[in-house]
Amino acid sequence: MFAPFILALRAAGVPASITEYLALLRAMKEGVAGFSVDDFYHLSRAALVKDERHLDRFDRVFGEIFKGLESPTGEAPRELPAEWLRKIAEKTLTPEEMAQIEALGGFDALMEALKKRLEEQKGRHQGGSKWIGTAGTSPFGAYGYNPEGVRIGQEESRHRRATKVWDQRTFRDLDEDEALSSRNMKVALRRLRRFARTGAATELDIPGTIGATARNGGSLDLHMVPERHNAVKVLLLMDIGGSMDDHIRICQELFTAARSEFKHLEFWYFHNCPYERVWRTNRRRSETERPMMELMRTYGPDWRLVFVGDATMGPYEIIQPGGSVEHWNEESGEVWMNRLTRHFRKAAWLNPIDKDHWRYTQSISIMQRLMENRMHPLTLAGLESMARELAR
Amino acid sequence: MAQFKGTDTYVASRELEVAVNAAVALQRPLLVKGEPGTGKTVLAHEIAAALGYPLIEWHVKSTTKAQQGLYEYDAVSRLRDGQLGDPRVHDIANYIVRGKLWDAFEADAPVVLLIDEIDKADIEFPNDLLLELDRMQFFVYETRKTIAAKHRPVVIITSNNEKELPDAFLRRCFFHYIRFPDRETMEMIVKAHYPEIRQDLLREALNVFFDIRQVNELKKKPATSELLDWLKLLTIEDMPPEALRSSDAKTAIPPLYGALLKNEQDVHLFERLAFLARRRGG
Repeated sequence: MFAPFILALRAAGVPASITEYLALLRAMKEGVAGFSVDDFYHLSRAALVKDERHLDRFDRVFGEIFKGLESPTGEAPRELPAEWLRKIAEKTLTPEEMAQIEALGGFDALMEALKKRLEEQKGRHQGGSKWIGTAGTSPFGAYGYNPEGVRIGQEESRHRRATKVWDQRTFRDLDEDEALSSRNMKVALRRLRRFARTGAATELDIPGTIGATARNGGSLDLHMVPERHNAVKVLLLMDIGGSMDDHIRICQELFTAARSEFKHLEFWYFHNCPYERVWRTNRRRSETERPMMELMRTYGPDWRLVFVGDATMGPYEIIQPGGSVEHWNEESGEVWMNRLTRHFRKAAWLNPIDKDHWRYTQSISIMQRLMENRMHPLTLAGLESMARELAR
Repeated sequence: MAQFKGTDTYVASRELEVAVNAAVALQRPLLVKGEPGTGKTVLAHEIAAALGYPLIEWHVKSTTKAQQGLYEYDAVSRLRDGQLGDPRVHDIANYIVRGKLWDAFEADAPVVLLIDEIDKADIEFPNDLLLELDRMQFFVYETRKTIAAKHRPVVIITSNNEKELPDAFLRRCFFHYIRFPDRETMEMIVKAHYPEIRQDLLREALNVFFDIRQVNELKKKPATSELLDWLKLLTIEDMPPEALRSSDAKTAIPPLYGALLKNEQDVHLFERLAFLARRRGG
C-alpha cells in the first residue's frame, strides 16, 4: 500500500529495504501510529531511515508523496500573528534595516504583503523570487526574516503541534558529505593497521594455549598465532604550494591522523609532480632536500607509498622533460612516476578534488593512468578504499 | 501494552515517543543517535522507569567483544580448580560466566537492555550480535545449551557516530536521531531538572548558551548536559542574572565557563573573541 513511497525513497537514495517496509507495516497493524499523519510520519521515519544524513531526503520524499494529506480535523486557517512578527522584527533588525523597510512602504505594508503572500503560497517553494521559502530572493528573505525569523513552522512548534514537520526540513544540515575530521580519518586508516597483522603463525598464543590446555584437562596444548606486524610502513609524499593551498586544512587533518596512526611514517614534499628531488620542510627547503633515488634506496618495496596532491597542472609538467615550473628536470615526471610505482608496488594517490571533476582536468587523467587507476578522492570513502587496496 | 511518554524529569518529543513505542511493540532494538550530551543514555533509564521494567546496562568499550555480552568461559579458574582437585571442575557449567545479554534473556520479567555507545567497539561488533538481537537467543558451545529469551527485552542502543554501523544491523533496528532541542524545549528540560530555578537567571543563561552555540568554530559545542551542569554551578554560586547579561568587553567570556567549554582551543577562541570585542569597543 505504501509501495510507491518506498520506491520513491529508494530513488532518492534512502536505502530502505523490504525488511524495514515490513516492519513499518507491522507497526501500523499494531497501532503504534494511531490515526494521525504526524505519527505516521514519525513512525515511518523511525522504521525506514537509519542514518541522520538521510533524514532530509526522507522529508523531501514524504512531502512529495503525501502532498495534500492534512490532518483530518482540518488545519485552522493560517493566521499570521502580526504582533509576534513585529516583536521579532524589532528585536532582530538593526536601525538601518528598519529604514530600508520604511523605504519599501513601511513596516505595516510589508507585513500586509507578507500576509498576502502566505495565503497565496501553496506547497513548498525554494529558490523562487516571489514566494516565501528557503533560499529565495523575495524581499522577505533579504531582511533576514527568513528562514530564521519568520519561519512558518516556528509558530506551530510553539504550540507543540507539528503539522507538516517534514516541510520544515530541519535535518538539512545533516545531509552533507561527511565532514572529514582527523578522528574520522583515523578510523578509516585503522583498516590499514588491522590488516597488517597477518603472516605465518610464529608466536605463542598465551590465552589460546591456556584455554585449550584447560579444555584438554590439564595436559599442555600449544597454540600459535601470526606475529603482529602492527607497524605498517607508510611513505607519504605531499604536494605543496600552488593549487594545493585550497586544500591545506584537509591535508593537515590527514597528516595529524596518519601521524598518530602509523608508527612508521615518513613524509616528504614535492611540488605538483614528483621529480628527482623531494624535501622535508617547506620553509628550509634547500637544507632538507633529498634526491628521489636516495628515497627509493632508503625505503624498501614493503613501504606503502601514498601521494597526496590535486594532480592539477599543465600536462607538459608530467610528460615533458624540463616541464617543471620550478627547475629544469632532466627526466619527465612520467619517468619518475613509473620509477616510483615500479619500486613501491603498494602505492595510492589521494586527491582532494571532487571525483566528479577529475575527468575535466587532463593532468589528473594522465596521473590516474600512471597510477594504474589507484587514485582515490580524499574523503572517508576514498580513504577506506585506499586502505583496503594498500592492505591487500 | 505500556506506552512510553515523557516523564517529569525527561522531556520527550512526540517523534521520540512514537519511535520508542514502535520498538517496544515490534520488539526490535531502538538505535538512538545524537550530539553528545543530548540525553541518549538517560533515555534508556527513563524508558525503563516509564514501563516499570528493570534496566540492565551494558557499557561498551573499545576492548569489548560481542561474546562478552553473551557469556565467557573462565578457563583459568577451571585449570586452577583442576589442579587443586576441586570437585566443581567436572561440570563445565560452573565456569561459564554470564554476560549482560544472558541476564536480560533469562530474566523472569521483561527488562530494558541498554547497549551504550556501540560505536566504541570494534567495527565487527554489531555484526557479531545480529542473530542474537534478531532471534533473542544464542548457543552456549561449552554446555551445548541454547539460551532463549523468556521475554524479549526492550533493547536500546546508543551511538555517537564514531563508526558507521553495518547495514544488516541497521535494518533490524528502529532509528531515532535526537535533535538538538530548540529554546523552548530547552527551557522545559531545564525546568524538569531544576523546578526552583529563577526565571530571569534562566533566561539570561539560555541567551548566553545559545549565543555560544552560534559560534561555528567551536570544537565541541556545549550540549544539554553541559547547560544543566553550568546552571547548577550558577545557582550554587548564586550568580546574579546581570552578570550574564553584560555582553560588554570584559565579560564576553561567560562566568564559570569551565562547565560549558571543554577544551583549551575553545577557551582560547573565546578569549580571542573577547579581545576583539574589547578592541572594537575601545
